[in-house]
Amino acid sequence: MVSQVNTRPYANETLTHRAALRRRPKISETLIQGFLFLCGALSILVTVGIVYELGKESLLFFTRQQWEETNRTLVEPMDAAQTTFKMTETGMGFGIGDTIRLRREATEVIDIRGDVVTVERAHQNTTAEAHTVGVEIELSRQVTLAEFFTKTEWNPQIGKYGIWALVNATLMTSFTAIIVALPLGLCVAIYLSEYASTRVRSTLKPLLEVLAAVPTVVYGYFALTFMTPLLRAIFGVNTVEIYNTASAGIVIGVLILPLVSSMAEDALSAVPQSLRQAAYSLGATRLETAVKVVVPAALSGIAAAFIVAISRAIGETMVVAIAAGAGPAFTFNPFKAAETMTGHIVRISGGDLSYDSMDYNSIFAIGLMLFFMTLGLNILSQRIVKRFREEYE
Amino acid sequence: MKANKDAIHLDTSGFTPNLPRRHRVGKLWLVIFRFATVVGLIALATLLLNVMNSAFGYVAVENKVDPDTLAVNGVELDDLPKAELVRILQENVSAGLFRRLENDEPFAERSRLDVYNLVLERVVEPRVVQQWSLQDSLFRRAQIEAEVAANYPKAELEFKSWLDKYFILNPQSARAERAGVRTAILGSLWTVGIAIVFAFPIGVGGAIYLEEYAADNAINRVIRTNINNLAGVPSIIYGILGLAIFVRALEPLTSGTLLGLADPTTANGRTILSAGLTLGLLILPMIIINAQEAIRAVPSSLRQASYGLGATRWQTVWHHVLPNAMPGVLTGAIFAISRAMGETAPLVVIGASTFINVDPNGPFAKFTTLPIQIYQWTSRPQDVFRNIAAAAIVVLVLLLLSLNASAVILRNRFSRRLD
Repeated sequence: MVSQVNTRPYANETLTHRAALRRRPKISETLIQGFLFLCGALSILVTVGIVYELGKESLLFFTRQQWEETNRTLVEPMDAAQTTFKMTETGMGFGIGDTIRLRREATEVIDIRGDVVTVERAHQNTTAEAHTVGVEIELSRQVTLAEFFTKTEWNPQIGKYGIWALVNATLMTSFTAIIVALPLGLCVAIYLSEYASTRVRSTLKPLLEVLAAVPTVVYGYFALTFMTPLLRAIFGVNTVEIYNTASAGIVIGVLILPLVSSMAEDALSAVPQSLRQAAYSLGATRLETAVKVVVPAALSGIAAAFIVAISRAIGETMVVAIAAGAGPAFTFNPFKAAETMTGHIVRISGGDLSYDSMDYNSIFAIGLMLFFMTLGLNILSQRIVKRFREEYE
Repeated sequence: MKANKDAIHLDTSGFTPNLPRRHRVGKLWLVIFRFATVVGLIALATLLLNVMNSAFGYVAVENKVDPDTLAVNGVELDDLPKAELVRILQENVSAGLFRRLENDEPFAERSRLDVYNLVLERVVEPRVVQQWSLQDSLFRRAQIEAEVAANYPKAELEFKSWLDKYFILNPQSARAERAGVRTAILGSLWTVGIAIVFAFPIGVGGAIYLEEYAADNAINRVIRTNINNLAGVPSIIYGILGLAIFVRALEPLTSGTLLGLADPTTANGRTILSAGLTLGLLILPMIIINAQEAIRAVPSSLRQASYGLGATRWQTVWHHVLPNAMPGVLTGAIFAISRAMGETAPLVVIGASTFINVDPNGPFAKFTTLPIQIYQWTSRPQDVFRNIAAAAIVVLVLLLLSLNASAVILRNRFSRRLD
């Protein structure tokens, strides 16, 4: 009864104020929506920022002028006006149109006859000056894409920029990590999902999560103070160097183990119970059910977990910065020191890095490479999940 | 019944001999699966034990002056009040040095800890000549004692916890015996604080947009995919981005010159603010993804009830969706904080300082953080720095574990509220 008394006047009002109650555009609502959109769109800005900054500085990396030693020197003195000079006969060759440098002065080669070179003096805002016998001839060059992607020596001091020295070390540590983490992680996932009781699972999962929450620098400490001495004790102090990729790789494996096991376990648990029951009813054992029915049904999720783990291993930084070694080396021996892409970035940016230098540009070039490698793997994993996921009702 | 049994027997005639083998294989693999799980747990245990092994243990200390002789009326040096410590200092150092210290900062204004450190540094001058791991200290005590007696006759053997009160309270120092993590802890709190203040509102806002407002069109799909991809970008890439944008491009802002607040000692925008913003970008995708999940878990009946009462979209979100999603959102935020607190690589690239012994005094100060400190101490060749690195790891891990535990408690407490 009470409600009737209350509602009647409102009903009348609704009739009279219908116009007033019509949906009006509200400025505040629109503003809020706009702001929230910006919050979401910031992530795009971040991605654009990453690609733009990495790309811009990488471009500088490939266009910046470098001076390379030709191992040739002047054999006769040369005054400031002279345009020809004689150089030593052996050393690296250069051609007409190349820019060469004598001490601080840049010149352009316009003619070469045997060991007599004719040049245009004072190029690139340098001034012509007199040179004595023995002045080194340096050749101007830029890092080419071909050199960057095919050479295996990375040594900025002498102008060697072959990314494979770094990529190879990254692949060595990642490969070791994968060998450790993927089989172990899958076994842990199968055990937790298919065998463990609810009680065991609810104790073990948080423990593995703790492993995932430990900062990577602690794993670096672990690699250097535990894994390396262990490897040296097993394989001999002479075989295993203090810094080596095997130790870093194994520890990265431990680091990504919880990632693999928890993602794979999620995929296995998502397989409906009916599939397992069907397998049991056909007389399959628990193992056969797990391996021949559940794992194939969850394969897309497991594959995605593996790929994400690989991408994580490639991008891992602190473990390799501490334990893998501080100096690029192209080696396939896991017991030798080698610097990875991430390790190299950390080491050279650790000092005071000046902005206008090849080192500064090179970390962006390496970063871009790393970004595309991990991004490619992540996109691949998302594709796999989307494309091959078995939908169960 | 009997017929039935026979039938089964007939059907499985080719099947039964195979069965024991299949069960054996099953058992074998169960052992393997269990073993793999145990290996994971052993790794965790080894990791923690390895740290503990270095954080505690016997040390052989050579003191210039035995601290016991400095005790006053049976009160140990550790517990003496400031006035007594000043007196000891005055008695034991030259008058010139005492005046110089007084000139640097009057003793009346110095803290007790500061004076205590001066007494150690100038009077006692302890020097750790050798240190042993916890394992050795527990099981090889007699041998260690013999070693000390033979090699360091003047040294005193004592059990040292590298993690003690003074380790937490002291600033960084070049001597491992006196080094502490106060500046690093403060640096960590500052950077992570800035990161969360920056990333939390934006992250939650983005999550609300994607879950409550965004239509299923191309641009929103791009945003969604993009956030997932950003979550997988290695943290060092964020460091490079921060170096290019916050440290270099926005230097006037991040070094404080724009606001006239620049710290004279801070050069190049390598400041707490730059580090905080970089960490903020790093945890942004994580916060968005967790907040999205929390918002998605709010039942739509709540929204419909709110709309039914005439609430606008924002009123519905603000008064009904967000309060109900908050536990989940906060849990995600805490995980993000702990991630930011453990990050090292991006901060090294940003340009964390290698040595600071003054407390950071604001967002425009130079910075160091706990993980950075651990990294630097680990990289030093001297063994004694491994010990303080281990002690710093204990501090960091305890900090992170308590953060994560609070997140888990929060999650468990509120997870079934809406069921």
